[in-house]
Amino acid sequence: MFRLEPRGERSAFWTYGSPVLAVALTILTMGIIFAMMGAPPVTAIETFLISPITSVAGLSALAVRAAPLIMIGVGLAFCYRANVWNIGGDGQFTLGAIAGGGLALFFPNEAFWWFYPLVLVTGILGGMAWAAIVAELKLRFNANEILTSLMLVYIAQLVLVWLVTGPWRDPHGFGFPQSAMFSAEATTPMIISGTSIHLGCLLAPLLAIALWQVMARSVLGFQLRVVGQAPRAARYAGFSNTRLTWIALLVSGGLSGLAGIIEVTGPVGQLTTSITPGYGFTAVIVAFLGRLHPLGVIFAGLLLALSYLGGDAAQINLNLPNAITGIFQGVLLFYLLGADILILYRLKRVRPAAPVMKAS
Amino acid sequence: MDLFYATSFVLSIISASTPLLLAASGELITEKSGVLNLGVEGMMLIGAIAGFATAHDTGSALLGVLAAAGAGIIISLIFAVLTQTFLANQIAAGLALTIFGHGFAALLGAGYVGIAAPTLPKLAFPLLSKIPFFGPVLFDQNILIYFSFAILIAISWFLRKTHAGLILRAVGDNHDAAHAMGYSVLKIRYGAIAFGGAMAGIAGAYLSLYYSPLWSQDLASGRGWIALALVVFSAWRPYWLLAGAYLFGGITYLSLYMQGLGVPIPSPLISALPYFGTIIVLVLISRDRRRTRLNQPACLGKSFHAVV
Repeated sequence: MFRLEPRGERSAFWTYGSPVLAVALTILTMGIIFAMMGAPPVTAIETFLISPITSVAGLSALAVRAAPLIMIGVGLAFCYRANVWNIGGDGQFTLGAIAGGGLALFFPNEAFWWFYPLVLVTGILGGMAWAAIVAELKLRFNANEILTSLMLVYIAQLVLVWLVTGPWRDPHGFGFPQSAMFSAEATTPMIISGTSIHLGCLLAPLLAIALWQVMARSVLGFQLRVVGQAPRAARYAGFSNTRLTWIALLVSGGLSGLAGIIEVTGPVGQLTTSITPGYGFTAVIVAFLGRLHPLGVIFAGLLLALSYLGGDAAQINLNLPNAITGIFQGVLLFYLLGADILILYRLKRVRPAAPVMKAS
Repeated sequence: MDLFYATSFVLSIISASTPLLLAASGELITEKSGVLNLGVEGMMLIGAIAGFATAHDTGSALLGVLAAAGAGIIISLIFAVLTQTFLANQIAAGLALTIFGHGFAALLGAGYVGIAAPTLPKLAFPLLSKIPFFGPVLFDQNILIYFSFAILIAISWFLRKTHAGLILRAVGDNHDAAHAMGYSVLKIRYGAIAFGGAMAGIAGAYLSLYYSPLWSQDLASGRGWIALALVVFSAWRPYWLLAGAYLFGGITYLSLYMQGLGVPIPSPLISALPYFGTIIVLVLISRDRRRTRLNQPACLGKSFHAVV
């Protein structure tokens, strides 16, 4: 039998070892699931995790998928550090797309150089506004932010459906539920010609690094960590919980909104009813897998982006449903949460008393 | 004719409220033991596909319901192992359950999209079911609707009147004291989590075997989350849960009714009504911080690790 024994301090080794262990166990489990579904496990894992990134096109697709995950994930990591449980990243993403996309649709002929930045800023503000509702309801009315931010995801999605089937529907779109395409001036610029790598792929890691600096070096970052780890100490120190909650939600809402507007003005190219495959929820896993650290989030974002590509590859090459992506993500988070026990506790073997006598 | 409309009105509300009531009843017990399981939506989806697949393959809706409960228990035990034995963060583990549930239901359900399964049997009481209005509403319903009321009464009785209910509440309010008195906090919480899983699974089966005639991937569409909000709304009291579930069933029905009536509000916005209503209700109920703190199980969401 094993018993858990408190270590008394955080294990530095397992803080970084547990995500690695979790990924390894997840790959093992996926092999078993593939085998149960009648696919040869080794080939299937190779198809799922390696084949998508063996070409330049694959690698650039990975960067395109990772960009929104990293942007949202780094904001959520910031938020969770402050013990604010924003899980409505998908809603803030959608509102960013609606706000910025709306501006681009209303002025389809603007040719000023500052128009695209303006569209991005509007997207950020849209995401912030959606998160501000959560902050206001939490601080003024004590309403649980998990539930309000989640309800706002559904509302944002329905608002988007209304816009693209109603007032913003493309009159030349043959009745499809989608807006007109964005103008060239309101399109995310490509940064490497011949690939699909766009501005967002560059911005995402830069923003992560910027936020890392803020968290590691500024007074704000210090306050954030204290509020998250020792709320009482923070109160004695006079840190304003209200202010930090606002900042946490505005930062994560703004980053989700930015991810949303870049996604629709980039890879998607217009507003449609399905602009996100659940990036906001996957970003929760990204934040945890990245240890709530901006640099960790970059790696975690790449891995989970790979799970989307892997799902598509498994569907095309092995004829498996691409829902395998969701299974991978869920199982990974299960293992990660389980393995994290090793950070604070060690496994101690408890031997029955009698056999010890025979030790030689 | 008026009676006809009144009957169908009440029937629609009952049918929209039942899944919320079933799932929320389970979560109420889980939370009373001090555990916050945010995975209700995921457990519902897993119950829905397990129930649907079993009913479709065996031809028996009742077996489907049992399979759904079983699947709900199994998946909730993953949550229990993570949060109780491995002391993982309950919020994160609940979210993992929901993400996994979405994927799992989509994976297993891929072959069933657009297919129908046998629906839940109705239980019509002889003679009584022929009474106008009260007959169809009270005595001619599917079995899970009766079950939702029976289980609610049982839960209320269990929590208030039984020794086991007292222990459950003690574990939720002060796990250290309960442990010191010799009760196994872990075992009790495992049990409460499994009950929550079974009820969420049954709620899922209700959706896939009765409420929605064909299998579709996004069957739960946030009902698990609304059930969680209802537990907060009820301030952890069973009969308030009933009131809340029927309030939301009413709002859901209203949104469907308004769409059918051709109210000049775009239908996607009307569909947003239940989610909007959830936020309003949460705000109204949470405003009074003292009351919330008074009713909420004191150890809700906290991990327990016995040192000895």
